[in-house]
Amino acid sequence: MAEAISFGEEQELIASSALDFMRSRCSFEAVREWMETEAGYDRALWREIAELGWLGISLPEEYGGSGLGATEQISVVEAMGRQVFGSPFLANTLAAELLYLAGNDEQKQHWLPQLISGTRVGSVALGESSGAWDFGDFTARAELDGSQIRLTGEKCFVLDGGNADLLLVACSLGGKPVVVIVERSQVPDTALRVERLVDETRRSARIRLDGVSVPKESLLTGADASGALRRLQLKGALLVSAEMAGAAQGVLDLTLEYLKTRVQFGKKIGSYQALKHPMVWIMVGVEHSRSLLYRATTLWDAGGGSEELENAVRMSKVQSGDACTHAVDRAIQFHGAFGFTWDCHAQLFFRRAQWAEYTFGDAAHHRRHLSELLFKDDAPLSVSSS
Amino acid sequence: MSAEPEVSQIELDTFRAEVCRWLDENTPSAPAFKLPDSFLEVSSDEQFEYLRAWQRLVYDAGYLGMSWPSEFGGGGRPQIFQDIVNDEMAAGNHPFMLNIVGLMWAGPVILKFGSDEQRRRYLAPMLRADEIWCQGFSEPENGSDLANVQTTAIRDGDDYIINGTKIWTSLGTQAHHMILLARTDPSAGTKYQGLTFFLAPVDHPDVEKRPIRKMTGEFGFNETHFNNARVPASCVLGEEGQGWAIAMATLAFERYAEGGQAGGLDMVQLRVSELVEMARECRLDGRPAIEDPVVREELVRLSVEERAIEMNDLRRHIPGLCRERPDAIGLMRKLVTSEFRRRMTRFAVSLQGEAAKLYIGDPGAVEDGDWQRHYMNAYSVTIGGGTSQIQMNILGERVLGLDKG
Ligand SMILES: Cc1cc2nc3c(=O)[nH]c(=O)nc-3n(C[C@H](O)[C@H](O)[C@H](O)COP(=O)(O)OP(=O)(O)OC[C@H]3O[C@@H](n4cnc5c(N)ncnc54)[C@H](O)[C@@H]3O)c2cc1C
Repeated sequence: MAEAISFGEEQELIASSALDFMRSRCSFEAVREWMETEAGYDRALWREIAELGWLGISLPEEYGGSGLGATEQISVVEAMGRQVFGSPFLANTLAAELLYLAGNDEQKQHWLPQLISGTRVGSVALGESSGAWDFGDFTARAELDGSQIRLTGEKCFVLDGGNADLLLVACSLGGKPVVVIVERSQVPDTALRVERLVDETRRSARIRLDGVSVPKESLLTGADASGALRRLQLKGALLVSAEMAGAAQGVLDLTLEYLKTRVQFGKKIGSYQALKHPMVWIMVGVEHSRSLLYRATTLWDAGGGSEELENAVRMSKVQSGDACTHAVDRAIQFHGAFGFTWDCHAQLFFRRAQWAEYTFGDAAHHRRHLSELLFKDDAPLSVSSS
Repeated sequence: MSAEPEVSQIELDTFRAEVCRWLDENTPSAPAFKLPDSFLEVSSDEQFEYLRAWQRLVYDAGYLGMSWPSEFGGGGRPQIFQDIVNDEMAAGNHPFMLNIVGLMWAGPVILKFGSDEQRRRYLAPMLRADEIWCQGFSEPENGSDLANVQTTAIRDGDDYIINGTKIWTSLGTQAHHMILLARTDPSAGTKYQGLTFFLAPVDHPDVEKRPIRKMTGEFGFNETHFNNARVPASCVLGEEGQGWAIAMATLAFERYAEGGQAGGLDMVQLRVSELVEMARECRLDGRPAIEDPVVREELVRLSVEERAIEMNDLRRHIPGLCRERPDAIGLMRKLVTSEFRRRMTRFAVSLQGEAAKLYIGDPGAVEDGDWQRHYMNAYSVTIGGGTSQIQMNILGERVLGLDKG
């Protein structure tokens, strides 16, 4: 039996240094500055993050990675969530992992060091306009044409699509899912439309693929793409779950600070049970989120591809999602009218939560999957027969 | 507690196997009469004797009080062994212990604050259920506001004379001893001062007990009247005036915020998997409940929370993962588990459709109406031991650092 929750010195070291770094370098004021820029992030800081080894934290050292696990990786992501940090970290991390999972040796050797060192930014183009969170049945298509692959269709919600030098595009080839490497230079500017997001610290894009053509060596041929995509989808859910657990903690801290300073009726407002008691449940939500998150990363690092892992990741996303969306909701209310302003940092968390909840599956999506995992032999009531 | 010696995994695995075998062979079969949901609702002599015999059997086999010092009747072994026993008892839902007030609350405070003489006198008979313990904290006028207790204990030579009324005394009718919080100095400055903690005999001519009936129809607690009851000064635990601090330590053990209990289960274990089974069997509005998407969704919600509680219990022992709020998981445990039990049992009843109205004794009741009773008895844990609202105050103030109201 795998340890139920693993813990290592390295992990604690990374967690505390990531938190220190985030707090000192990514203040809410700085986040607000980056938010106003087109790219949404600071390139000098990006290089620092690369130097810290975070971009390849869970990838093998032969590609420039740190050779650690998901456990260390999510420690960094949790810290980022606490400060509502944006950047192409998620996009780049997922691109590198997809390359690692599905690329052939040559593709890995060529691209991974560039993504891990931060010299090029990668992203994954998974979603489509259907909004389906179970990736696999893509309407975007690839067709072989001599030495070229011709693409058609459209990809949506592409994380940092406008910032990426390299896109790993999921599409179908002969009815089966495949992943194709598309360089930004191969996509005409007019084919890429930056999406307007609720979370202004984030960037994403919609990309029309019609007319895009890439050499046939761009097809990832290292492993079965559908398996790799399933795994990536879980990893995405896990990382966003970590981000939400961190954001829930961040907004809890922010709100507590206000409850300890704001005075009404001659008392600190935090002394009123109408505020105090809901804050306790927010804290409980954060504690639950962290416990389920560390359980999921422990299983991830134990190397399971099992149902138990899937179960744990989905539970983690459900829990962090519920905890975070609830925490931000109360944060606005408990700051009064100030909470309703642009200047109050609660809105940053609120908007981040809205973004994260609907990224890699909302809580309802994962609960549906969990119900299938938990009640395998029991037919659900079908919509038509009700 | 001192640092515990390392125990090898092989030794632990062997021990676990031995425990499983012992439990298989020794757990008594279910009796002809109905057992209560927990030690709190013991209402009849047959229930009492059955549970007492079981506790004795477990203790005599060496599976209770394993981490307590052997000179006082304990096993003198690392805590991990008792944890394994507790785990296996919970997994198999074996009967709970009877003398919980002693094993989980009084025992640990006697170990922590008592003299060797007191430890020798009280602990072994407590472990064997030869002497039953109860708790005299609450009074008719002072429940949540525990520090306001008005029962007095006035020094008279080598004795104290106790007057006043305690209430909601679980197992009070059968108890030999009470952990009692009383006021020895009514003129002391604040309500927290002048309180003293007693190990008081309640099998006593001047202590009168009146049973109280519960909403379920069961008994299990009572009023306890002290009418000039004379007890020897050797019954004081710690020092005179130290009562409040010891009462707070007692509550930390009672709420499992601190470890060191003798072990065993304190109530029937309820799990979401049982609800899933029930949802398969029960028909809701004419269809199997498990096919209803709303039922499935709620079962998933409960499953996620149940897992989170389990994982909290593991994470709690890894300080590196609890740095920012080291006390949070321990202090929130009582609130979280009791409220979870209440919501879960309420939902369990709702799975039964119209049969949800039937109660224990009706031949058509689902699982003999046990869940209806589980639901009602769930309030014993959201109220007893400090209400959920008081837990939220404690967490808000002590863990989150918010001002007192
Ligand atoms: C099954 C059971 C067994 C028990 N066994 C024992 C026992 O063996 N020994 C013993 O000493 N006691 C025992 N108790 C008593 C228990 O500890 C008290 O019931 C509890 O502390 C609450 O006190 P109370 O009943 O007087 O309620 P009150 O204190 O009167 O509370 C009434 C309501 O007001 C709320 N409230 C009170 N103060 C506040 C506040 N400051 N902020 C917000 N809300 C507040 C409470 O949450 C509750 O909802 C038992 C209780 C039960 C239900």
